Amino acid sequence: MITSVIFFLFAGLAIACAISLVYHKNPLYSAISLVGVLISLACIYVTLAAPFIAAVQILIYAGAIMVLVVFVIMLLNLDEDKPVVNRLPHLYAIGGILGLVLLAQTFFIFYAVHRAPKQAVNTDETVGKTLSIGAGMYTEYLLPVEIVGILLLMSIVGAVILARRLEYPQLEIVVDNELERRNESEIKDEFRIRL
Amino acid sequence: MEAIIKSIFPIAVLFGAATVAFGVVMMIVAYTVLAERKVLGWIQGRIGPNRVGPWGMMQPFADLLKFIFKEDIVPDKSTKFVYFLAPIVAVTCALMPMVVYPFGPAITNIDLSFLPYGLGDGIKQIPLTVAQIDVGVLFVLGITSVGVYGIALAGWSSNNKYSLMGGLRSSAQLISYELAMGASIIGVVILAGTLDLNGIIYAQMSSPWYSRWFIIPQFVGFVVFLIAAFAETNRVPFDLPEAETELVAGFHTEYSALKFALFFMGEYVNMFTVSVMCATLFLGGWYVPGLSHLFPVGSLLYAVFSVVGFLIKISAFLFFYIWVRGTLPRFRFDQLMNFGWKFLLPVALANVIFTIILVYFLNS
Repeated sequence: MITSVIFFLFAGLAIACAISLVYHKNPLYSAISLVGVLISLACIYVTLAAPFIAAVQILIYAGAIMVLVVFVIMLLNLDEDKPVVNRLPHLYAIGGILGLVLLAQTFFIFYAVHRAPKQAVNTDETVGKTLSIGAGMYTEYLLPVEIVGILLLMSIVGAVILARRLEYPQLEIVVDNELERRNESEIKDEFRIRL
Repeated sequence: MEAIIKSIFPIAVLFGAATVAFGVVMMIVAYTVLAERKVLGWIQGRIGPNRVGPWGMMQPFADLLKFIFKEDIVPDKSTKFVYFLAPIVAVTCALMPMVVYPFGPAITNIDLSFLPYGLGDGIKQIPLTVAQIDVGVLFVLGITSVGVYGIALAGWSSNNKYSLMGGLRSSAQLISYELAMGASIIGVVILAGTLDLNGIIYAQMSSPWYSRWFIIPQFVGFVVFLIAAFAETNRVPFDLPEAETELVAGFHTEYSALKFALFFMGEYVNMFTVSVMCATLFLGGWYVPGLSHLFPVGSLLYAVFSVVGFLIKISAFLFFYIWVRGTLPRFRFDQLMNFGWKFLLPVALANVIFTIILVYFLNS
């Protein structure tokens, strides 16, 4: 009873936040809405007896990644008064088709869950507890974990390289300015000599 | 009637427990503010506040009344919704970790038969924690990391360049030091084998005498955690988000009256939270060595003295905070970033690897 009330509360909150995420034109409001979606999902995970996933969801997505996104939005300081140009109108059609696919998927999952045989809930189940997740990650699913680790390492190296490359033009600009200033001073010197 | 009372009783007990915990934490926080002013006064050769009540003991309530009756100024060009949301986020995220604080050991030998309708049946123990969560450490870290939105959004929505600078600095600082903080906790988690805060305390109780408190095998982790905790709570010497010589007051420049009080309160509750974490992870939490010889484990007196011991450990950390504030100057921002990324994080990671190797060889 209480579980279903809590589920509908947080599911409704997640959907409302998701709609506001898409609806708002201001990117910061969208980012805050996404944080709302993530936190409501974490609350649903808690009711589904997966506290580890819930805590990690809040710690990593809401606490780290979205803070970075908000940070970038605040730094960019987008102009709110500018009218939004509708650059890609044909994307509406693609978005509509993808939405229909998503809806079909949802109905398929409902259908599959409805058809699946009913199972009694095992109260001694430790799935979702930290210990079982850790044991599973380092025994049964070791290869996927390693592959994900290597992928993340690659992306970090890529990010470092991309960030490094941006520094070179800045250095050149500094050098160019310095050269120009020297040239100007030489020209002035010439003038002075002529005068 | 009986059925309704029976179904409401557990919820009412939880609600009551949360209220009691809230009251205790708020009183400690209020008197931390007073203690800070007093101790800073003594450090600087002053007396400190001594007018309201005997020895100025009623000063926190006078301050609160002043905050309530001040004029609430909202800047015209601010983003109203976010401006009002920010202090709420800050204080909510500061208060939420309260539910997993391990205040004391469970009281086991207690007779609840006096309760009507047989409400006490089947209750074997009274845990002195509001909620027993399997992942208490991650919960506290996650909620405190969400708290940065309060500061960042306050800075952005005030439409003031000093506030924005404060908000940006705060976000950058929290992202940087969160990593070192998390990495310094991993050593403790490896030694304890659990993420549950009470479980970590029990692990410390059951370890051999030379590592009875995890501060001994994890001294490096303790130092890293303490430094990162100063940065996480925006305290001196890491108080760059509100550096008054550079940024007026940082992210809360445009906040007044009760909204400012909420930020102020959130900051001190955060101080309390990291003190609780420090005491629990490294100083054995409510575990007082030798107390089990004086009182039987699980009795009421054992619990009371354990709670007192826990509060003394927390107070020691709070005093340390104030002491550092009265002693150290502020970092420069590039020094802060270099220190966090190039010194604190590598040291914390080296500590993790060293702990893993140590545990591996001790267990094999």
